[in-house]
Amino acid sequence: MRYALLIYGNEAEAQKMSEQEMAAEMAGYNAFGANNQASIRGGEALNPTSSATTVRLREGKTLTTDGPFAETKEQLGGFYLVTCDNLDQAIAIAAQIPAATNGCIEVRPIMEFN
Amino acid sequence: MTSVATQLETAYRQDYGRILASLIGAVRDFGLAEDALQEAMVAALESWPVSGIPANPAGWLAAVARRRAIDRLRRNAILTRKQSELQALAEIERQTFSVPGAEEPDEIPDERLKLLFTCCHPALALDARVALTLRTLGGLRTEEIASAFLIPLPTMAQRLVRAQRKILDAGIPYAEPPVNQLAERLDGVFAVLYLIFNEGYTATAGDTLMRRDLCEEAIRLTRILADLCERDPAIGPQAEALGLLALMRLHHARRHARVDATGELVLLEAQDRSLWDSGEIVDGTQTLDRALALRQVGPYQVQAAIAALHDQARRPEDTDWGEIALLYGRLACMAPSPIIELNHAVAVAMARGPEVGLALLEQLSVAPALERYHHYHAARADLLRRAGRTTEARASYEQALSLCQNDIERRFLRRRLAELTGHEKTPTRM
Repeated sequence: MRYALLIYGNEAEAQKMSEQEMAAEMAGYNAFGANNQASIRGGEALNPTSSATTVRLREGKTLTTDGPFAETKEQLGGFYLVTCDNLDQAIAIAAQIPAATNGCIEVRPIMEFN
Repeated sequence: MTSVATQLETAYRQDYGRILASLIGAVRDFGLAEDALQEAMVAALESWPVSGIPANPAGWLAAVARRRAIDRLRRNAILTRKQSELQALAEIERQTFSVPGAEEPDEIPDERLKLLFTCCHPALALDARVALTLRTLGGLRTEEIASAFLIPLPTMAQRLVRAQRKILDAGIPYAEPPVNQLAERLDGVFAVLYLIFNEGYTATAGDTLMRRDLCEEAIRLTRILADLCERDPAIGPQAEALGLLALMRLHHARRHARVDATGELVLLEAQDRSLWDSGEIVDGTQTLDRALALRQVGPYQVQAAIAALHDQARRPEDTDWGEIALLYGRLACMAPSPIIELNHAVAVAMARGPEVGLALLEQLSVAPALERYHHYHAARADLLRRAGRTTEARASYEQALSLCQNDIERRFLRRRLAELTGHEKTPTRM
């Protein structure tokens, strides 16, 4: 099965990180990527929600608003796409993502159309 | 006809979980497996009165259910040409037809542990885990589960459907957990079984204090869990599984004495101990001994040891409160919780006097968490009553009453309150 591992964390806290902390976090993600190379199919980090734009089409009109769809304490900051046999494996991988220690990871199965 | 119905009911009660577990193992679809087994039951009702009851009713049901599942899969596969269903079909046919004498297999493979771990998977909501466990392993009907938990039938039905969907969609594996997750996952299974027992032991609301069916079901499932762990080389005997089983049995032994003829709650100290089930006490104590011999102490075993001490006292005054207080102290270190601290304080009060217990209660750093818990106020009221502090006792009983939801417990508290008001001068019975 394919799963999206959605990484949620507190952006405000992340922006307060020192250069040293940033480097440590990057190293953590690099190690995670190397350890799970066999399962990872893709993934990206996202720019902060301050750069987000939300778009809706209502009665033929495009409505554009600044910011994310909903203000939340933790924001979506990135994701991985992984292939696993089952949820237990996906959970085991998700638990290794550095953000799991201070934020949280939502594990969502990909809807397969076949 | 009656004997067919009886045989079928027996096979259903005894083997439902086992047949279903092996079916789910083959088709990986809870709904399909349940429907197929249901169809097999109907087929049995039609064919057994005519052709006689088969030598192995459970094997017969399993074989017919498997064939029905194949029929359904084949129909779906032809309709949708779904790769996954075709694969499942190939697998189930391989399993069915590679077994010699598959018409009535003697041995249904026992996959109940897988089923138990799947139903109690932490990715499912706790209430869904409870419902799913009762439904699949217990073989309880949806309406039985709904009424046991005082929940409308459609809500319970929806809860079950959602849980089954989630298992399928989220890819919750039908497997025993890997060794490094075993302890954690076993704890999850214990929690579900304990919750079922507790729900049966004391209803959280309404007018039935005990729903013994749920208690007995919890005991049955816990025994199955303990046995299956023991037989599984990858898991081995689990002291806490036995501890939980002992705990349930040692409490269940008092079931006839906990409520009087009019349905009123009888406290431990006032219970007619001749009504206690001595066979259940012996069995429970033996189970506890087996658990302790494995030398992996855990909270369920300590709680069972406390229950055993109560059960062994012929009269309330024979209770070894000193030992019980020690065990609660130990439990509080293993599994810290305000409720255990409360029980510890009560045991200390029984061993060393109500004022000592009251002092402990005051000290409880966790007291704010207990403010909304009626047992806290009832216990405090009881200690105050024993200490002769009637006015304060009355206030505490009233606070307990304002928080308590169970009608039988409420009546008990009102009785205590009335005793205090009516006989302020006469000493209350101990």
